[in-house]
Amino acid sequence: MSSDRDKLATLQQRAFDLRIDNLTAITAAGSGHPGGTLSAMDLLQALFFGEMRHRPNEPHWPDRDRFVLSKGHAVPALYTVLAHAGYFSRDLLPTLRRLGSPLQGHPANFLLPGIEASTGSLGQGFSMAIGMALASKLDGDKYRVYSLIGDGESQEGQIWEAAMAAPKYKLDNLCVILDHNKGQIDGFVDEVMSLNPIADKWRAFNWNVVTCDGHDYASIQAAFAQARETRGKPTFILAETIKGKGVPFMEGKIGWHGVAPTKEQLEEAVLELRAAAAAHKARILVQAGGVSLEVKKAGKPN
Amino acid sequence: MGAPVKNESGSTAVASRDAFGDALVRLGETHPELVVLEADLSESTRSKKFAKKFPERFFQMGIAEANMVGVAAGLSLAGKVPFCCSFACFVTSRFDQIRMSACYSATNVRIVGSHAGVGIGEDGYSQMGLEDIALMRSLPTMTVIQPADDLETAGAVEALVTHKGPAFLRTTRQKLDRVNDEGYKFELGKGVTLVDGKDLTIVASGGTVGPAVKAAALLASDGLSTRVINIHTIKPIDVPLLVKAARETKRILTVEDHQITGGLGGAVCEALAELEPVRIRRHGILDVFGESGTPEGLYRHFKLDADGIAAVARDFVG
Repeated sequence: MSSDRDKLATLQQRAFDLRIDNLTAITAAGSGHPGGTLSAMDLLQALFFGEMRHRPNEPHWPDRDRFVLSKGHAVPALYTVLAHAGYFSRDLLPTLRRLGSPLQGHPANFLLPGIEASTGSLGQGFSMAIGMALASKLDGDKYRVYSLIGDGESQEGQIWEAAMAAPKYKLDNLCVILDHNKGQIDGFVDEVMSLNPIADKWRAFNWNVVTCDGHDYASIQAAFAQARETRGKPTFILAETIKGKGVPFMEGKIGWHGVAPTKEQLEEAVLELRAAAAAHKARILVQAGGVSLEVKKAGKPN
Repeated sequence: MGAPVKNESGSTAVASRDAFGDALVRLGETHPELVVLEADLSESTRSKKFAKKFPERFFQMGIAEANMVGVAAGLSLAGKVPFCCSFACFVTSRFDQIRMSACYSATNVRIVGSHAGVGIGEDGYSQMGLEDIALMRSLPTMTVIQPADDLETAGAVEALVTHKGPAFLRTTRQKLDRVNDEGYKFELGKGVTLVDGKDLTIVASGGTVGPAVKAAALLASDGLSTRVINIHTIKPIDVPLLVKAARETKRILTVEDHQITGGLGGAVCEALAELEPVRIRRHGILDVFGESGTPEGLYRHFKLDADGIAAVARDFVG
């Protein structure tokens, strides 16, 4: 148990560094999508640091689990996680969106190891994930396939074409995660074009539907475990997330969907994240030492 | 005068969709990586033959072409060679999916668009692929192939099993007279001179190649020595062969069952305008909608039959 707790603490601790690197890259680029990268970050880290079988030093290992970022605009978060996982140097991160960089504004799979598909036109990555899951089944069910979709993306017709197709082929090796941060460029999803009731829709399409707190690693891991144990159906994870998570002045603000922070705003965000990281570390140390603190009950660990 | 159309009797004339379906079955035996996706038109596109023979490698995706293209891309990224079938107009109108999932994701997806052109007949414009070449030709890395007979179709499908990169294959509903010899060897990117001539070159592709060869015979009897070049690979197009024809015959008439904007005519103009500007007439569907009718009646109406092509050629040469 203690080892599990240590692993969770490591994930929680790294989440602060990932958020800092992600925002630093977006600020250096001068454009990008802070809100949706921060809402997706914990889901991405949970995938690449624990859930998926993959080899960063052998990115084309044939039996690797695949991940397709269908909400391609969140790719700075994926770049950051891949760099921390060892796919490429973290030094590349500040080249985001620069001419000649493999870190394109939206993912390009032929430029960078670890990017399985080129996405950025919404609705398409999910279908590609289905193709990979079908291929896995043809080849003896050797690997699992994961795809992260967005709220606004779920308004695309292709999402529902794909949602119809995966259960037909009983793709229990496929797990689709919705980064349910409730925002899109033009406003709140419920105002632009409501998806509700989301879970009911996916159940009606014959998916195994699981919900989780998309910022709570234990909750995310439990959802992944349930997906892995399910037979005969693909799994849809409805991950409740917060746009801009981890940076108080960004959290829940639609305006942070597609605007890069200024240098000053980045400094403020980094200070917030560092302070939260230090507080978290202190809390873990205290817990490890068996000492009880009042902050323990202040809320869920990040 | 030049070589006549082979098998004039029509007894060996085969629709390129049939030749495609047969080739898939044949190649499926030796290529386990070959998979086929369909959007509820397996009878019409002839992918049904493959479905019967290799049901585990056939994916019926329903009337949901956007998802079909994406799923095909995913299968390709996982090592398969997917042939993704529908009518040319329906599948190429999922342009965004072909652009992003098939092309920009660096796949080996084969988009197979059957029911090319007004040659489909009675169903009318909504079912006719008439802008598909223009769309597919605009995409980086995309190869565009339109075979002119059964032999060429078989060769094209075989080439596409091992070709690297995305490709569009355009097939016909109507039967096509055989224009190539037995033992014909398909070479991707190479045009085929079917008839030699020195006064005019007709550049044709797919369903108009047979009529173009016949038109050349009609023109030859008028004393107009007419070369016929079959361009089965519209992208990348055989530029040296076109430049040579432009230099030697000075006049180029392109003939296609497709809009003259962006199709074969557009491709030929682009190539020659830069390298060997000569007089060119683009003939095909002249920026209008197709309509219902018999295939033969429509080819006559749009001057895509031998008589029509010959008349356009005479007018062009003046």
